[in-house]
Amino acid sequence: MTTPPTASQTVGPFFHLGMAHLERGNFVAQGIAGERVTIRGQVLDADGNAVPDAMLEIWQADSSGRYGGEIFPQNSATPRFLGFGRIETDDKGEFSFTTIKPGRVASPDGSLQAPHIVVTLFSRGLLKPLRTRLYFPDEPGNADDPILKLVPQERRSTLMARCSGQRGAKNVPENAPPKIFDWKIVMQGDGETVFFDY
Amino acid sequence: MKAASYGRAPAGTQPNYLYPQYVSTCKRSPKQPLILLPHTLSELTGPVFGHSEIGENDNDLTHQHSGEAQGERIIVSGRVLDEEGRAIPGALVEVWQTNAAGRYRHRVDQHGAPLDPNFTGCGRVLTDREGRYRFVTIKPGAYPWQNHPNAWRPAHIHFSLFGAGLLSRLVTQMYFPGDPLLPFDPVFNSVPDENARNRLISDFDWDTTMPSHALGYRFDIILRGRQATPVEVSP
Repeated sequence: MTTPPTASQTVGPFFHLGMAHLERGNFVAQGIAGERVTIRGQVLDADGNAVPDAMLEIWQADSSGRYGGEIFPQNSATPRFLGFGRIETDDKGEFSFTTIKPGRVASPDGSLQAPHIVVTLFSRGLLKPLRTRLYFPDEPGNADDPILKLVPQERRSTLMARCSGQRGAKNVPENAPPKIFDWKIVMQGDGETVFFDY
Repeated sequence: MKAASYGRAPAGTQPNYLYPQYVSTCKRSPKQPLILLPHTLSELTGPVFGHSEIGENDNDLTHQHSGEAQGERIIVSGRVLDEEGRAIPGALVEVWQTNAAGRYRHRVDQHGAPLDPNFTGCGRVLTDREGRYRFVTIKPGAYPWQNHPNAWRPAHIHFSLFGAGLLSRLVTQMYFPGDPLLPFDPVFNSVPDENARNRLISDFDWDTTMPSHALGYRFDIILRGRQATPVEVSP
């Protein structure tokens, strides 16, 4: 005897009230290994209008490709990367967060996925969240990524952030300014972002 | 190869992205087909929250200020379970709602109903070992919105839940039994299946009603969970 999952409903326009406690723009504590990256973006609707009342939840692996455990460990001596973040869009539909570039994570067939950030989008007008992924340009793993391969070639670019900062540097020191990437989420229409069904 | 898998929701038990009666879905729902994703570690894992995320009185929305909140005090409780009825312990449950007058403490809310200085309208709690949660709050009010002429949202409490992984993540709304606005609400009616829709309505509950203090409402929540029986996955 099974019961189907409870139905999803929209977060509505007032979600900040209940969700703000987990919102933060910087996911990386000092002492966490990995290359710092800042993702700047914008959420747009079918008319190209900014979506000022959206919320993104981020889930990603650490720089060695491991997913995190407990969030905000109080008594841990070594800082651990949490891998989760929540960000709201502003009046221009824009968002920004700083994190580390994730490592490669195994896929079900044993191959490695290219570095990616899982993004879940919530907003007024979304009766259930939209799920997408952000990939990094110029990653050797992109060509063989089992998930990207499921996406028609002409739409893959919607999942690819664009580097607009310094690029290609090796052994970037931890305190170097983050490399900046830009990424747009188009909910509908021209250049519609690829969304996934799990 | 064999892999534990997550089932997919039966048809009609979840809303579609596009539901034109809820006008905001028209410009915000994808037109391209969604791409079905095999479940990788990225979807099977998810954040785990500890007690450090929960503050004092986060489970009592009537006592978060110097005075007591205005309105009808209620107790909302229930269990968070997977599809096979197993308890989900340690799930983070976040709630937010209007005050008794139907007003959110939010800069965007322009409804001309009074704010209550003693009510913020947000709370959070972790489920216990049996998957139980409990809040004390104020019965929220109905409020007007701009979806169509003379549109009113039925009283509701927003719920956000983190289960065992990203696949279990759920945001929903809890409604109240007997609300005359329910048949007219496009958000509630966006769920095609009648049984699934009606499971969004809480039950009045004598067992949790406290004499001379507050009525109890019960709202059990089912999260997508790993199926007990592993299924064959084509290599």
